[in-house]
Amino acid sequence: MTKPIYSDLMKQLSEGKFVFTGELEPVKTTNLHEVLEGAKALKGHVVAANVTDNPTAFAYMNALIPSYMIQKEVGLEAIYQMTTRDRNRIALISDLLAAAAVGIKNVLALTGDHTTVGDHPQAKPVFDLDSATLVRLIRKMVDEGIDLNNNKIEDPPKFHVGIGANPNADPLEPEILKIERKVKIGAEFVQTQCVYDIERAKRFVEVTSYLNIPVLIGIAPFKSIAMMEWMVKYVPGIFVPDEIQQRLRKAKEKGGKEAVLQENIEIFGALVREVRKTTKADGVHLMAVGFEWIVPKVIEKSGIK
Amino acid sequence: MIIVQQKPLNEIFDMTRNFKSLLIVGCDGCASVIQVGGERQAEILKTLLEMNRKLKGEGELKAKAMSTLRQCDRQLTASSLHPLVEDYDAVVSLACGVGVQTLADLYPVKVIVPAVDTEFIGMHDTKAEKFLEMCRACGDCLLFETSGVCPLTRCAKSLLNGPCGGQAKGKCEVGGWKRDCAWVLIYNRLKEKGHLDLFTKFRGERDFRVSEPPRELGRTEEKEGTQ
Repeated sequence: MTKPIYSDLMKQLSEGKFVFTGELEPVKTTNLHEVLEGAKALKGHVVAANVTDNPTAFAYMNALIPSYMIQKEVGLEAIYQMTTRDRNRIALISDLLAAAAVGIKNVLALTGDHTTVGDHPQAKPVFDLDSATLVRLIRKMVDEGIDLNNNKIEDPPKFHVGIGANPNADPLEPEILKIERKVKIGAEFVQTQCVYDIERAKRFVEVTSYLNIPVLIGIAPFKSIAMMEWMVKYVPGIFVPDEIQQRLRKAKEKGGKEAVLQENIEIFGALVREVRKTTKADGVHLMAVGFEWIVPKVIEKSGIK
Repeated sequence: MIIVQQKPLNEIFDMTRNFKSLLIVGCDGCASVIQVGGERQAEILKTLLEMNRKLKGEGELKAKAMSTLRQCDRQLTASSLHPLVEDYDAVVSLACGVGVQTLADLYPVKVIVPAVDTEFIGMHDTKAEKFLEMCRACGDCLLFETSGVCPLTRCAKSLLNGPCGGQAKGKCEVGGWKRDCAWVLIYNRLKEKGHLDLFTKFRGERDFRVSEPPRELGRTEEKEGTQ
């Protein structure tokens, strides 16, 4: 059985093309300018861009409007991120219907970071559904044209549904089994958290290969040394090889901020190339929020056409 | 056990300020076992309330401390407080919210002052010297499938299909990587028992009607009608 294909992302993945996706983050603003400029920088270099949904539980502009606007104004396909943290199933169904109405084709189903790590830690966490039950909701809407209670939807939506995964997870096995669970209920692609170490990327692609689901390895260049140090110190499980850290520090000493960014292009261009050459990953998800201009340069450096 | 914690004294002083006489009632159930709201704590609170009145020059306080066997039991409580309660302006309760409401129900014209905050259903971890929340009384027990670890209570997101990305080395990011990730615990236990199929199993969305207040259990309306 061949599944229908609705999006360019899914089309390229099904053709076996090595795929690039980018990431955009609407922030605490009423101005769409930054997001649209970011989209313009990515357009033509990535097949689609994720639009984040209140990342790390910060109350930002909702992801749907920018997802719609980058498609309409820039012609860049959106991967509309949806977390279950802030909305119950009624609100999720409602937003999914609206998303389909304005032409969204890809949804990334996420549980979402806990409210207490965000900028309104007092908020009531929702988690009526989780990422797995959100995948099932989307599948029912798309495949059967019904909602969770089997109510019929007029003009059912046409989405592809992706999931997140963490190659840095320790222990890793429950993470893999969790992906298996979601693949069984109909997830169609995986975008991972950022990986800095090629061995981890290799291991992850290998251990998930039995699931036959496209995997896009997450790669996130460092906007600054401070960002790198913050990640190393505060994001558990993230492993940044010494070599990368030293090269970026050296660049800073020699040529300041500008040199750090240039060195990023070298380092991450090479890492992307390694992912392409040494793993069976289906693509790379490049996260460079706030400096999207670097994405085309990293891709160019990787030499992947 | 229902875990309770005494309210700040100033709050109790404030709520009882206008009464000349107070009946201070502990509970010999959970609140007493965890040494927060038993007879002994009622006695101590009585002394503190009296001292506070004296120090502030607000006159004498007529107070009596006692406890009931289980304050959540209407009949037991009524029999131990009757007719004593009539001699006091207000009642201070050291029981959980159920105890307080039982008193309020029995004596609708009396002011009932809660002296403790009801925290959760939990157990005493003697090693960690902490009380831990263990059950949310969700009305749909999952403990067989999760090898005796309640994900609804012990996972900060109450996930049915965990773990999420917020765990590292089996610790949860909520609360600063100190608490165990419930889903890694579940995974470890199921693996040990050779039952990872229960881990991988997809659990569909919950029906929250069985978990949401106000809940009732017992004789239904229809049955009453047929009698």
